[in-house]
Amino acid sequence: MDKMPKWADIVLIPLISLFLAAFFSALVILAIGENPIAALKLMVDGALMRSAGWGYTLYYATNFIFTGLAVSVAFHARLFNIGGEGQAMLGGLGVALACLYIDWPHWSLAILGASVGAACFGALWALIPAYLQAKRGSHIVITTIMFNFIAAAILNYVLVELLRPVGAMDPASAKFPEAVHLPTFQDMFSTEGSKLFRGAPANVTFFLALLACLVVWVLIWKTRLGYEIRAFGESETAAKYAGISPVRITVIAMLISGALAGMMSVNTTMGESERLILNSTEGAGFIGIAVALMGRNHPFGVLLAAILFGFLYQGGAELALWTSIPRELIVVIQALVILFTGALDNMVREPLEKLFIAMRRRNA
Amino acid sequence: MTAPAIELKGISKAFGPVQANKDISISVQPGTIHGIIGENGAGKSTLMSILYGFYKADAGEIFIKGQKTLIPDSQAAIRAGIGMVFQHFKLVENFTVLENIILGAEHGAMLNSSLSNARKELKHLAEEYGLNVDPDEVIENLSVGHQQRVEILKALYRKAEILILDEPTGVLTPAEADQLFRILDRLREEGKTIILITHKLREIMEFTDTVSVMRRGEMTATVKTSETSPEHLAELMVGRKVLLRVDKKPAEPSETVLDIKGLRVVDEAGVERVKGIDLTVRAGEIVGIAGVAGNGQSELLEVLGGFADGTGEITMNGTALPLTGHGADGQARRAAGISHVPEDRQREGLIMEFAAWENTVFGYHHSPEIQNGILMDNNGIYTEAEAKMQRFDVRPPDPKLAAKNFSGGNQQKIVLAREIERNPDLLLIGQPTRGVDIGAIEFIHQQVVNLRDQGKAILLVSVELEEILSLADRVVVMFDGHITGERVASQTNEKELGLLMAGITDTSAVANGNGGNENSTQEVHADG
Repeated sequence: MDKMPKWADIVLIPLISLFLAAFFSALVILAIGENPIAALKLMVDGALMRSAGWGYTLYYATNFIFTGLAVSVAFHARLFNIGGEGQAMLGGLGVALACLYIDWPHWSLAILGASVGAACFGALWALIPAYLQAKRGSHIVITTIMFNFIAAAILNYVLVELLRPVGAMDPASAKFPEAVHLPTFQDMFSTEGSKLFRGAPANVTFFLALLACLVVWVLIWKTRLGYEIRAFGESETAAKYAGISPVRITVIAMLISGALAGMMSVNTTMGESERLILNSTEGAGFIGIAVALMGRNHPFGVLLAAILFGFLYQGGAELALWTSIPRELIVVIQALVILFTGALDNMVREPLEKLFIAMRRRNA
Repeated sequence: MTAPAIELKGISKAFGPVQANKDISISVQPGTIHGIIGENGAGKSTLMSILYGFYKADAGEIFIKGQKTLIPDSQAAIRAGIGMVFQHFKLVENFTVLENIILGAEHGAMLNSSLSNARKELKHLAEEYGLNVDPDEVIENLSVGHQQRVEILKALYRKAEILILDEPTGVLTPAEADQLFRILDRLREEGKTIILITHKLREIMEFTDTVSVMRRGEMTATVKTSETSPEHLAELMVGRKVLLRVDKKPAEPSETVLDIKGLRVVDEAGVERVKGIDLTVRAGEIVGIAGVAGNGQSELLEVLGGFADGTGEITMNGTALPLTGHGADGQARRAAGISHVPEDRQREGLIMEFAAWENTVFGYHHSPEIQNGILMDNNGIYTEAEAKMQRFDVRPPDPKLAAKNFSGGNQQKIVLAREIERNPDLLLIGQPTRGVDIGAIEFIHQQVVNLRDQGKAILLVSVELEEILSLADRVVVMFDGHITGERVASQTNEKELGLLMAGITDTSAVANGNGGNENSTQEVHADG
């Protein structure tokens, strides 16, 4: 028998964890002499109360959905892919090449092409650690994190030596042509009378991310491949008994994971900066780990967690802008959320389980 | 009447909603062997863990020699004179016997004086109880039987007056088990008190003075062994009458289904585990492979099931099977008509976190009839799982429940339902009733016999001799990767097989035994 009802596991625990994180964040803000309630109000106002705020929150959330899904898919095969950052960087290279060297007639075709490019480059970057894990037993955590550094170095080299337009000073590619400009939320939702999402970077890629959630859900729970990935993740010995090849599943799960991480760059590189810049990933690959943890590796959970982290990102930027709370403190708050929702999960879970068991006994 | 060596009064212990022990009282007289028997999860291990200080009882009292005693931890248990021999030994493999014995009982910072004292003490114990072990031998060089002696010596060195043995014969050859019981007899004569936890009715009947039966956390009866019978004990354990024999007609084998020639298997550590064996299995017969665990039987099953590589020749219905590579994986084996109930259902046969319905297609998830375009036909699988669970009497019949939440016997029924209903030409079945409760054993054996009667070939591997003798038509004995003998099940006995299991091929002294009758009693177990 399960120790507690499903809703408690899915809803109650994250909420309590979140509350704890907020409580400790409030203590930290108090300690530096600011008012935590005013800070929270500012964050909510800045991130959720105006359409432009939502435009930023959802822009960040789009990144986190992709990287969160990437971590989730790999984790269903019990592979801890912490190389989302590097895979996203190389995904950006795929986007840039697709946008710069192919003459797209319309953005709708370009986004498909750029997605394929991003997915292929991201997947390729995950393939090497996957192969090393499957065939040589090199631990995927070590190799993927190392590959983040290699990816950064490669991107640096490519931008400085190959893609930088002649005469340009900064390490970035040329501006993408006008034809591949993706519609932003402002383009899509503003009417004659009112301007919605003014200046916000959220764009059509958000819907691509929602589609990715759906596809991953179908893949993991409705297809044979998802069945094999989950079976392999739960028990490698049982997978062997069933004739599921560990090498094949390791490689395929990592390819899908890398492709999803890479696709994050469609949002940043094509949707926002419209050229390839050096640090477009901004740590979203790592946030993806927290998002997957908090979302329980379920696409719907990942979606909610990504929006939460989008809120923290955008709200944090507002705090830095309007108060004397330093930018670094925002990182502290984000870290507290990760700590409580991810690492300290059991701290909330165990007392809660005991509580439910005690309640059940009283009722019985 | 002297005070009982150990007496429990009203012991209760609950884990969450599960009442593992409910108001248990027993009293064991000094100088006796007291057996405790019960099904899986009946609460035997919990009770012993309370006695040894691993768990704290919610209620109840423990009296040692009439004195009320608190046992908060294992040190206190040792001080009270209780010694425990676990099913899985707690020895440091690369230490010597002597070092292991003083481990945790050293006096002072320097080892030398402890070691020389222990050496003297050990010599004394060896003489007194016939427990001969070379004190300077390293543990990993000792046979399993000798390792167990070291465990017993450890307890005696700590002045144990009460010795608890948890499933002591599970890993022993029949001869080693016999020696163990001779030692226990000797200990009893010297006035020690022994509590024997076992699932083997035979051991209870032969060696104990009194026996307590546990069922669902309660002590259902304590009786004098001389005044009971195996049938009666089984009934007390299960709560209903149990058929202790396998009901089967003589086999009518026809053509050869599986033919193995010169099979060799090397394990991952590079050790050759199967050293060139020849074996055939015909349609309509059950071939049982007997042997002490670890003599190559598991590796044989793994190669046949397609999850280990081997060399040699295997033909199935006249077609050669590849032994390495992609063509030799579990999918290929299933396509060739081989179904496999693996030895370890929890690590191999099932995904414990998956719901029962998902497990009913595990290994067959590529079958075309459960696909729905590019998706799996989850609704169809679910409906079929419901029906399967009904047919195989899986309890509770809830396909949504995760496999880990079923009892051992019901988990095994899920695996059996999946493998048998594929209608295979050959069924591989390893340890079919390990950890399965007595009520389910009856059902499982009947299913295997039914499959044989439909003209299928069955290869059975079991470490339980009684199971082999009652279920198999032909018995093949493996020792150290070789086949040491083959007998017709109805014309051999445990003694003869026991010698073969120890690698002794000259069995003329005990052969032509009339073991056929006594062996029709089926193995009855319930461990844990």
